[in-house]
Amino acid sequence: MSEVRGIYTLWLREVKKFLREKPRLLNAFVQPLLWLFIFGTGMRFSAGVTEYNYQEFIFPGLVCQAMLFTAMFMGISVIWDREFGFLKEILVSPVSRPSIFLGKMLGASTDVMLQGIIIFPFAYLIGARIGLLVFLEALPIMLLITTGLVCIGLTFASVMKSFEGFGLIQTFINLPMFFLSGALFPLTNVPDWLRWVSFCNPLTYGVDAMRTVMMGNVFVPLFPLYIDIAVLFGFAVVMFLVGTWAFSRTE
Amino acid sequence: MNPVIETFSLTKRFGSNTAVNALSLRIEKGEVFGILGPNGAGKSTLLSMLCTILKPTSGTATVNGFDILRQHHEIRQSIGIVFQDPSVDADMTGLENLQMHADLYDVPVSEVGERITSVLRLVQLEDRASDYLSTYSGGMRRRLEIARGLLHYPKVLFLDEPTIGLDPQSREHMWDHIRMLRKREDMTIILTTHYMEEADRLCDRVAIIDHGRIVALDKPSVLKKSLGGDTIILGIKDGESLRALLVGNGMAEKVEVHNGEVRVTVANANILLPRIMEAAATAGIYIDYVYLNHPDMNDVFIHYTGRDLRHEEAKAPMGKMAMMRRRRVR
Repeated sequence: MSEVRGIYTLWLREVKKFLREKPRLLNAFVQPLLWLFIFGTGMRFSAGVTEYNYQEFIFPGLVCQAMLFTAMFMGISVIWDREFGFLKEILVSPVSRPSIFLGKMLGASTDVMLQGIIIFPFAYLIGARIGLLVFLEALPIMLLITTGLVCIGLTFASVMKSFEGFGLIQTFINLPMFFLSGALFPLTNVPDWLRWVSFCNPLTYGVDAMRTVMMGNVFVPLFPLYIDIAVLFGFAVVMFLVGTWAFSRTE
Repeated sequence: MNPVIETFSLTKRFGSNTAVNALSLRIEKGEVFGILGPNGAGKSTLLSMLCTILKPTSGTATVNGFDILRQHHEIRQSIGIVFQDPSVDADMTGLENLQMHADLYDVPVSEVGERITSVLRLVQLEDRASDYLSTYSGGMRRRLEIARGLLHYPKVLFLDEPTIGLDPQSREHMWDHIRMLRKREDMTIILTTHYMEEADRLCDRVAIIDHGRIVALDKPSVLKKSLGGDTIILGIKDGESLRALLVGNGMAEKVEVHNGEVRVTVANANILLPRIMEAAATAGIYIDYVYLNHPDMNDVFIHYTGRDLRHEEAKAPMGKMAMMRRRRVR
């Protein structure tokens, strides 16, 4: 019981902080808009994709991108807590390490899900028809993606002792994962090496699954949905275990 | 009486460096116990082991009757800790910080509201409870941290440098709070400090630690006495005649003449000084100036550690952010 209370209060803290951070919320709204309307419009009329609306094509990718960046940032927030000392207050409490990790993970995941959901209304602005059913189908996929990504962020935060590495994460994790996920271009026409590298990226399966659910028949999936889901599930489980292990070792 | 804390040749090594060296210590219930020592003497390491944050290399200790090696959960539930570096969440209100603490320590839900009100009153922060911590001054944050540390009714409160970075007024306030706590809550308080005056005025007993060992342990008054009493320093051109006078009439035994000054060591200078002045005046010895030197904890400290306090260098490097934050706080 005491552990559940600890988990709850850590979850609540993450969510409160997320909702209070007004600049970040503004950012959450505006950044996808820029991608959709400037980048999306430009590419739509230059890239020569005719089978479907390019903006509709990148929309699921942008949801994944927003979740990826937020997840890394929220995971890294543990470093912030360490720098400002609050982590100590949590670590010396009677709550066990795995529970602390779980609380952080659930809190950050809630934030990431909110961040992903915020973007959905924009679908109407680009003429995509996303009904309630499609939205509800997308949610479990988003949840799997979120869990894996947040756990990556928390794992890095457990290993890194300062903010110096934050830029490295941006360059070596965020951007490669985003570019190699097929979020911005289809992976059907790219050279083999790029395709194979992309297949090693768990986010690729997330983007693929989201498209399968959201775009209907116009989109030809890379993998059947069950494979996407299986990979995402495996990714989430493995990262959760790795994250719990890494976090339990922090001093 | 049962000791609240007892250590049994507690030892911690970091590589080849022995931070705490076979340290055995008993702290009784209801004491305010001070741990003094130069930087790097092992104070924080000792505290961290007692709080079950660090595992000892060998030896063990009990806190509230629980073993530090095996009963982490029980110990953590029964102690309060106020760290040297700030450990509050500045983006949350005072109330929220306390609420989080109550949840982490599983304070009975029906009592949380009442306890928060009472600890806030204790540190006089009731009217600022709903403000964000980022708007608090350094002293207020410290007080909130103490309030937070009391929320789960700990039997032992650890204060690591409770007044570091506070101005003299806030420091005086903090001392009052600590004294009041001891009286009201019947709590054992263990504090580390660099301020000798703090140790002198607050602590029932102090342990001076150097190189991981206890070099002195007693009441501050006893430690000061052990240095051999007060010194009266008199500026006199003809020191030898005064010495002959004082030794001759049995007023003082230890009299030194040095550089035009006479140093008289006595048990109580406040009483003896007027007599000496009288005797000198009667004998026609002219005194230029006079001053008294009562040994204080600083003298005790230097006597036992053989050097003055070293400044913050041996400490673990503070995070950049914490440093920035701390500067802003002041």
